Amino acid sequence: MTERRVVITGIEVLAPGGAGTKDFWSLLTDGRTATRTITFFDPAPFRSQVAAEIDFDPEQHGLTPQEVRRMDRAAQFAVVAARGAVADSGLVFDNVHEHRTGVAIGSAVGATMSLDQEYRVVSDGGRLHEVDHTYAVPHLYDYLVPSSFAAEVAWAVGAQGPATVISTGCTSGIDSVGYAVELIREGSADVMVAGATDAPISPITMACFDAIKATSPRREQPETASRPFDATRNGFVLGEGTAVFVLEEMESARRRGAHVYAEIAGYATRSNAFHMTGLRPDGKEMAEAIRTALGEARLNPDDIDYINAHGSGTKQNDRHETAAFKDSLGEHAYRIPVSSIKSMVGHSLGAIGAIEIAACALAIEHNVVPPTANLHHPDPECDLDYVPLTAREHRTDAVLTVGSGFGGFQSAMVLTGPGRRP
Amino acid sequence: MTDPVVVTGLGIVSPTGLGTAPYWSATRRGVSGIGPITRFAADGYPARLAGEINGFVAGEHLPGRLLPQTDRMTQLALVAGDWALADAGITPADLPAFDMGVCTASAQGGFEFGQNELRNLWSQGSRYVSAYQSFAWFYAVNSGQLSIRNGMKGPSGVVVSDQAGGLDAVANARRQIRKGTAVMVTGAVDASLCPWGWVAQLASRRLSTSDDPDRAYLPFDERANGHVPGEGGAILVMERASRAVARGAHVYGQVAGYGATFDPAPGSGGQPGLARAIRLALAEADLPPENVDVVFADAAGIPELDQAEADAITEVFGPYGVPVTAPKTMTGRLYSGAAPLDLAAALLAMDEGLIPQTVNVTPAERYRLDLVTDHPRAAQLCSALVLARGYGGFNSAVLLRSGYPQRVAAAR
Amino acid sequence: MTERQFTVDDLHRILVEGAGETEGGALGPDTIDTTFDELGYESIALLETGSRIEREFGVSLSDEDVMDSRTPRGLIEAVNTRLGTTSGAAV
Repeated sequence: MTERRVVITGIEVLAPGGAGTKDFWSLLTDGRTATRTITFFDPAPFRSQVAAEIDFDPEQHGLTPQEVRRMDRAAQFAVVAARGAVADSGLVFDNVHEHRTGVAIGSAVGATMSLDQEYRVVSDGGRLHEVDHTYAVPHLYDYLVPSSFAAEVAWAVGAQGPATVISTGCTSGIDSVGYAVELIREGSADVMVAGATDAPISPITMACFDAIKATSPRREQPETASRPFDATRNGFVLGEGTAVFVLEEMESARRRGAHVYAEIAGYATRSNAFHMTGLRPDGKEMAEAIRTALGEARLNPDDIDYINAHGSGTKQNDRHETAAFKDSLGEHAYRIPVSSIKSMVGHSLGAIGAIEIAACALAIEHNVVPPTANLHHPDPECDLDYVPLTAREHRTDAVLTVGSGFGGFQSAMVLTGPGRRP
Repeated sequence: MTDPVVVTGLGIVSPTGLGTAPYWSATRRGVSGIGPITRFAADGYPARLAGEINGFVAGEHLPGRLLPQTDRMTQLALVAGDWALADAGITPADLPAFDMGVCTASAQGGFEFGQNELRNLWSQGSRYVSAYQSFAWFYAVNSGQLSIRNGMKGPSGVVVSDQAGGLDAVANARRQIRKGTAVMVTGAVDASLCPWGWVAQLASRRLSTSDDPDRAYLPFDERANGHVPGEGGAILVMERASRAVARGAHVYGQVAGYGATFDPAPGSGGQPGLARAIRLALAEADLPPENVDVVFADAAGIPELDQAEADAITEVFGPYGVPVTAPKTMTGRLYSGAAPLDLAAALLAMDEGLIPQTVNVTPAERYRLDLVTDHPRAAQLCSALVLARGYGGFNSAVLLRSGYPQRVAAAR
Repeated sequence: MTERQFTVDDLHRILVEGAGETEGGALGPDTIDTTFDELGYESIALLETGSRIEREFGVSLSDEDVMDSRTPRGLIEAVNTRLGTTSGAAV
């Protein structure tokens, strides 16, 4: 049996700073940032008061009033992006069968925003332990089980193949796409509508990251709060958003004449088995994931042209992954651009991995690598080329993107330009 | 496909027993674990019965440092993981860390932990939220904590497809073994028996409002009026058959086939997907329907859903074509934990040659199912099909084959 | 106003409530200079403990007070320093 290979034929991104793939790519290549003082609720009681929010009007994006009513914000994002990605791919079910089309949507925290709001109501502001069911909204069960996100996407695009939500914390976006790739390769599906979504900017999320001082407490100049690899970085900035892709088996995509953005050539995930939130400085497990993903892609470290870093902007993370890049790519790590788009769009937990895959596919498409914004004072312990401030024209045939998440998950994915891999 | 993936370890945490022996003893005798909710004051709610796990004291099994940072479902999963590894005869410290991985399912996360912290937030303020809230409630926590406790650095995964996810996780674990990982810990445990979780479950409008534990959850019965939720599940250890045989492990059985589908959107017409999932699982296992010896049903307890499942079973196997059972009538529905527990029950049933019964149910004729009720049924079981469906239209099926061939191989 | 002292017993109680008990047993003279790491309490345990001390004793601890106090003695001293200067001690 010939090897089944998987390509991206459709992309839609909803990210802070502009809802839509085009606006997203302009933001990145301009090096603009979308972090701001929180507007969704009064941030005054919180240590961290900055986030990357999307100005999102669901009805303007084609959702019906009923869809808006029953879906959490993160599900709304995913449905809008899934429809956009399918439209971008030109896919219709004349070309493929809905039974052979599946769905994999990543999300770290599910319907957190709705659960936070609804809890407040049924508990009467936290007063009731035995919360009052008569105040519950009819769709509370859909918020309880985030698998509803995959169901909504499947309904929206008409998929009837395997469907699931992948929830591996902050690597959910890479892992959901990786899961989808594995299903196509093994023959369980020919097309996967895959990506990730999260809308976590809610008091409970701010409070839990405040409690472990993971988010940046910087309040002045909120647009500069997310500072990956900078010596003055002091935590990540929470974001929200989604990216959804149409993934297809390469030969069938070619047969229907689809535009191919990139091939997903390799993927792996490993665990650090160390700590739910902490990272060892050596990055050994992420390095192992990178090596495995490269092996699956049959590429050498020297073939990689660009690394899209996890780059969350916490002290620990940025050193951890710098070590992992050096461990896995050797001297080559010093020769290639590495950047973190979280400097511009914040850290949208499970969604960001998919948004970063979109950035990688667009970097391949345009031969431009996005910069790391707000990087003015390099940390001596982070001594790679992080593309400070300004995007760079750069021939980009093979890209590595990585993620690191609570639970100890370390994921890596390799994308290559169409036809660039033998 | 020459080297099957097999189950060599079971860890069971269920309303009818903690550990494999008590669970199977209760199951084969038809002892139910459903009763009035004791965990919180449920009198004000329209549904008041659940399958609670009694007598589980986390501190007897887990270090004190783990207790404040874990939800009940995680404590149960960690203990089930310990039991499953011990049952498999695997000491994780003896194996290379990257050769072992974890893939679990979750339906609802650590909801009780989440309720407590939401209460702290809204009644006292953000400074009262636990530092552990950042991970204790989220869907990935069981995979993360299992990998840490057992030093497993291989592939990790977490799938969320409501009740179907329990089978999707096992299938993904099998996928990782086929790609080269030696040992995978998989399965799922769910437990949302707290007021906030209860109110969210009530919103599904699928809970039984009966107060009679013997009349509340009656799938495939004319009197069916919803389900009773429970807590618990099972953790399984899986590896390649050749590896299991080489080390002389007891092989419970083989995960021989899997299929997953999604139903068409409501109101769009088109066939529901469960029969397709069954056919995919049988095709992968290369087994004709007449060679399937028993079906462990999803058993929703809602007339339309029971009808859809019965239609799928009769479409593939014919009317009264295969024995069908639902031991979850004794535990209640355990969400993502239900299907791994059904896999365990099916493996134990094949080991003993005994189909456990569906308790309390008088099957309605219109379903045309050979439902095993009243008494367990002795039968030689070489294969078993386990079905699971998730809210919204998720359908998954796993076909198990008995471990007999591997046991013969090991004996040689 | 009598000044409230933060004692090793307070620390032990709060550690156990917030972060759980280690095999080492109660904190005391023998362990007051053992690092938290060796005692089995990592960064999240200390952040939870710091937050509970702040709430119970009405003090404001800086990130450094909590994260740079590597031993029980160090943390007890940091808290008592803050207790002496509660007014305007927020950092």
